[in-house]
Amino acid sequence: MWSRDRWQEMFYTLRKNKLRTTLSGFTVALGIFIFVILFGFGNGLKNAFEQFFIDDATNTIWLYPGQTEKPYRGYKAKRRIIFKNDDLVDIQQNFTFFLDYITPRISRGALVKQGKESNNYTIRAVAPGHQFAEKTLVTKGRYINEQDIKDKTKYATIGRLVEQDLFGSVSALGENIDVGGISFKVVGVFKDEGGDNEERLIYIPYTTRQQIEKSNDRVDQILVAFRPELGYAGALAFEKKLNTFMRKKHNIAPNDRSGIYVRNVAADLKQSQQFASVLQIIVTFVGLGTLLAGIIGISNIMVFVVKERTKELGIRKAIGATPKSVVGMILHESVFITAIAGYVGLLAGVGTLALIGDSLEDYFIINPYIGTTTAVGATLILVVFGAIAGYIPARRAAKIKPIIALRDA
Amino acid sequence: MGKSTLHVLKGVDFGVESGEMVAIMGSSGSGKSTLLNILGMLDVADSGTYDLDGKVIKDLDETKAAIYRNKFLGFVFQSFNLISYKTALENVMLPLYYQKINRKERQKRALKFLEHVGLGPWATHHPNELSGGQKQRVAIARALVSEPKVLLADEPTGALDTKTSYELMGLLQSINDQGITLLIVTHEEDIANMCKRIVHVRDGVIVEDKKIKQVKASQYVE
Repeated sequence: MWSRDRWQEMFYTLRKNKLRTTLSGFTVALGIFIFVILFGFGNGLKNAFEQFFIDDATNTIWLYPGQTEKPYRGYKAKRRIIFKNDDLVDIQQNFTFFLDYITPRISRGALVKQGKESNNYTIRAVAPGHQFAEKTLVTKGRYINEQDIKDKTKYATIGRLVEQDLFGSVSALGENIDVGGISFKVVGVFKDEGGDNEERLIYIPYTTRQQIEKSNDRVDQILVAFRPELGYAGALAFEKKLNTFMRKKHNIAPNDRSGIYVRNVAADLKQSQQFASVLQIIVTFVGLGTLLAGIIGISNIMVFVVKERTKELGIRKAIGATPKSVVGMILHESVFITAIAGYVGLLAGVGTLALIGDSLEDYFIINPYIGTTTAVGATLILVVFGAIAGYIPARRAAKIKPIIALRDA
Repeated sequence: MGKSTLHVLKGVDFGVESGEMVAIMGSSGSGKSTLLNILGMLDVADSGTYDLDGKVIKDLDETKAAIYRNKFLGFVFQSFNLISYKTALENVMLPLYYQKINRKERQKRALKFLEHVGLGPWATHHPNELSGGQKQRVAIARALVSEPKVLLADEPTGALDTKTSYELMGLLQSINDQGITLLIVTHEEDIANMCKRIVHVRDGVIVEDKKIKQVKASQYVE
């Protein structure tokens, strides 16, 4: 059945009918190409979405102090809430069960100098737990530790780009830097997946910052990490309790929407994940739609091709072609064309995606790609449907009495 | 395609011996082409029997019919029915392809038959580069290449001018002289007179069946 003769006959027929061959091949290639591109873009969109979250831990709740809007218990409205060290201690004592770690964050900008180099950086005064919250990766030395907090050391862990800016190719470890007029010793260097800005940060102990700022005990923001085992529902319950607790402690009216702002990363993430799954559904939908359009295109062209060849098939039958050989011939050709064209479209699509790469990052499409299984599967589906679409009219053509096919019309 | 039926042939009893050259004549709609198509297994009769070479031909599925057609019968049509994207030689080779004969052998045999009909030099030409008479000769070569017992021709000269028609009949006569049985449907008296026997069909029945003295086509052709 798969004799050399048959292949020769097929190649010959395809070569002699270039327009027909090109047309059907083009339909298939275009179908697959568009499918791959759209699917890839969908994936790229999803990637961009996920990128927003991989940078930070997702089991955290952020507390920001604000201004009250309502008077309460003798306090006037528009009172500025201030977090202090005892808030940290209270949360720790009252929520031991929920808590993974807790850290304050006090952010200040400062001019940092080292030798002739100087630059402005954000200085974050934190506790050791902060490392996990930001998923900071220490590449050299160490992060701020409990001992630093206790001793109010003038130690700093600096970002990879800070080291690069100030020290060039020399290692910063153990060197001193001038942070806003105060000398700090670099005890560690880190990198962060969150991008360049995240690598232009300097971390110092929060107690040191408080000492510098006239020995106060204020903290700007409090970052509370809950145990991941709590799950989403547990996190929401914890967030509610924590909010109530803090509002009570700071004498904020329970129905005052201001005063303290709470941001639950877990809830944000949940929402984003829902959004991402909607995106996934849209992507799948678009993909299936494209595929369906491709199938219809191929079916049309196959019906047309067989129709156009009815007379030829009649001649072939009159001189001895069996119905089986007629159907076989059409199928052989259609599967061959769709397979080759599908492969070409697949390569072109994947190639285009690779070429685009991250150049559309500004449009929220990062690393568009298509899974091998999806791509090959889609191609196979098109080939199979091309074959079916060719088979039905071919079988009908093979069944027609040659005399009818041969009638002049 | 309506559901209404029309009985085209109504009780035809008719036999052809090996080596005969029979003209089937009749006006259009008389059923002559239908008769030929049944003989050629391109169409089937609703009732009755048909013996070919001692075999009863009945209950043929398309596959069997295709094999019989390929082995026993050659066809020549009024409109030539050559495959336009194949050269003369390739058209002649095609029946052998369906006999699963290898390409070299196919080429050799096809060329022999093309030369036989005087078209050796036109082997690589496509049908649209050939005249009507040449096309019909390619069709005859194609019908002969599988060395059939019977050649069926449906108005073979219908699309040709008189001179070319006579040339073609000369060729068919020479083929008949080599022992191949010929059945030719025609409505032209002069063409029919170049056969050895004339069968007149009218309204689905044979009204006349007579042997005649064959007129040689060569006398009209220089």
